[in-house]
Formats: sequence, C-alpha cells, structure tokens
Amino acid sequence: MKHTLFTLLAVVALSACSEKPQALESNKYDSSAYTGTGKAFVAKDWKPGDKASWESQLKARSQYGQNDYTRMN
Amino acid sequence: MARMKFVCDAERCIECNGCVTACKNEHEVPWGVNRRRVVTLNDGAPGEKSISVACMHCSDAPCMAVCPVNCFYRTDEGVVLHDKDVCIGCGYCAYACPFGAPQFPSAGTFGVRGKMDKCTFCAGGPEANGSQAEFEKYGRNRLAEGKLPACAEMCSTKALIAGDGDVVADIFRNRVLRRGKGAEVWGWGTAYGSKQAGQPGVAAPEGAKS
Repeated sequence: MKHTLFTLLAVVALSACSEKPQALESNKYDSSAYTGTGKAFVAKDWKPGDKASWESQLKARSQYGQNDYTRMN
Repeated sequence: MARMKFVCDAERCIECNGCVTACKNEHEVPWGVNRRRVVTLNDGAPGEKSISVACMHCSDAPCMAVCPVNCFYRTDEGVVLHDKDVCIGCGYCAYACPFGAPQFPSAGTFGVRGKMDKCTFCAGGPEANGSQAEFEKYGRNRLAEGKLPACAEMCSTKALIAGDGDVVADIFRNRVLRRGKGAEVWGWGTAYGSKQAGQPGVAAPEGAKS
C-alpha cells in the first residue's frame, strides 16, 4: 500500500519534470491553394475547394493570358 | 495537374524589368530584397540576351537539401516554400542555390542578416491562405485566388511564362516551332533535371565525376 502510494505520488510530482520536445518543427501543413482565400478578391470562374475547377481555371488563364497565338488567331 | 514552372524566353525578354516591379509591388517586398531580377548577358553587344531570374522551384531543390533547420517544404503543385518562423538566416541556401534566389534583408544595424526571403510563385507560405500574417511574411497568395504569378502576368512581351508545366511547355514549344529558333530554355536543365531543350546531350567521359 505504502509502496503504491509512493509510486503514485512520484508520478504526479515528476510529471512536471517531463521535457517538452525540442525538435525543430515547421508548419508543413500549408493548406492547398485550391481551397481559396475565403475572400472576395479572387478570380472568377472557379469554385474554391474544388480542385478540378481550380486546375482548369489556372490552365485557362495560362492559355488566355500567356499564349498569344491562341489569343490572336 | 503537373508541377508549376517558370520559363523565361530569352528571345522575347526586353529587359524592361516589369516582372521585377510587379513582384515588388504585389508583395510589398522591402528595400534591398529582390525576389526577381533581370540579368542581361553580353550587355551592349549585338545579340545580347536578357533573362528574368528568380526561384525556379527546382525538382530537387539544393536549398532544401542544405537547410540545417529544414524550413523548406514543397506543395502539391511543386512550389518550393519555406517557413520564416523556422528559418535562422544562416544563408546556406543562398550558397547552394544556382539561381541566387534566396535573399536576406539587411535593414538592421550593422547589416544583420534577417530571415530568408524568396519567390513563392505567388503561393504565400504556411500561414492561412490570404491572411494578413501570410501577406506580411510572404506576400500575396495569388494561386489561392485562382491567379498566376504577378511577374508572368505582367510581362509585356510574355517572355516570362508561369503555370502548369505542361501548358507552359506547350506554349513555348509552339513559339519555337513558329519562329524556328530560340529553343534554349535557360535554367530548365538545372532546375528540373532535364537536358535543356535544343541542346544535344553531352555524354560524360568514362570515370568522370557527375
């Protein structure tokens, strides 16, 4: 009985001595771009949260904005 | 979607520095830090070529390999980003980068080197998309707004192309076929691990170090 009590007390008392992990951690859990910003100032023609529509929006924008052969012909 | 990539068409770049200005304005980059810059080869001589240089978001990024605190990460779209809360400003990435992309603000007394800053492909950083914290540390997150990097979108001659690698390669290939020259894509071999377009592969001599 005494032994158990001592063990329990030791566990409680020493819990404060536990060491916090000191490994360098980075927030690598950046939310994906297709989730949007939640703000109104975004390009139209795609739905935030829908990856397929975001991808097609960027592809269309690349073609329209950067390929002058498709824009002019 | 393929990986996000930059292409600078040296046949079209007119050294207007519009990309540099667009980047600085879009992200409110401080004095002394240039995430993008225009380099001119053989400046003043006939046939000079200019190229717009920034982080190329390499497939096998040397900065990621040498960072002692592992502050870099790669997004699903292949954009190499970093966490400024983890960066210790050691500068190893600057030595490792073949494009000179990592920049260090030197606004402090005695030129104290601050956290590394570089092109984010307009994809922000680890903070919440579109948040004030993200803007202050990394600039605008245009990708999350359904837009492409400001430098490429503002390029007056469309020398700088950015976006999905397949689309970008198609646009460039079409140009080269039509004009019949200028197939050299500066930096692609270094950044994306392939032989530069239009240049024959050179076989390394036996016993040579790769």
